[in-house]
Amino acid sequence: MDDELFKALADPTRRRILDGLVERDGQTLFEICARLASQHGLGLSRQAISQHLAALEAAGLVRTRREGRYKFHDLNTEPLEHIVTRWLRPGPPESNP
Amino acid sequence: MRIQLASVFVDDQDKALRFYTDVLGFVTKHDIPIAGTDRWLTVVSPDSPDGTELLLEPDGHPAAKQYKDAMVSDGIPVIQFAVDDVNAEFTRLREQGVRFTQEPLEMDTVIMAVLDDTCGNLVQLVQHKGA
Repeated sequence: MDDELFKALADPTRRRILDGLVERDGQTLFEICARLASQHGLGLSRQAISQHLAALEAAGLVRTRREGRYKFHDLNTEPLEHIVTRWLRPGPPESNP
Repeated sequence: MRIQLASVFVDDQDKALRFYTDVLGFVTKHDIPIAGTDRWLTVVSPDSPDGTELLLEPDGHPAAKQYKDAMVSDGIPVIQFAVDDVNAEFTRLREQGVRFTQEPLEMDTVIMAVLDDTCGNLVQLVQHKGA
């Protein structure tokens, strides 16, 4: 999980997606694409953005929620707590890979 | 060349007519029986009765349902309507129970929102600022 978390955060587009979800949680893929295209001039394909979302999901930073026929993406900041505690409130070193 | 007609696939023409007229505010242009219970059913903007017509087309073809489900799942609208004030429409329509999958979002020179037409489609409302 840790490797996936750092890998997910290493990409500027994925950080932009998280920025957008902080502004408003629960976005459709369409809204995520629209925000990236207009705010950051990132003319990425929908497939590319889906792949970024998959990386964020694998890291636990984004959760998808089905609501009837709709699908929304929610921000989950829980994995970031591990980063904070790891260096700011460290436990035994062997607990961190 | 001019765009004369656009269409949305609807799961029920009666329900669609109610939504597109009573709720959104368009007016019926043509309502002509064709095959079985299917009708040639179009609406227009009251501001522009001779303008582009929107055909509320039955979604009986199996591919139409597949297409609609895929678009809705990813939040993609199939048609866009221009309004003077997206925020006012958002408030007005939500009070009537309309479900929005994207609340008004301001980006550069536009404000956009996406709503569910209750017939299996998402519809985008757009306002051009300073227009």
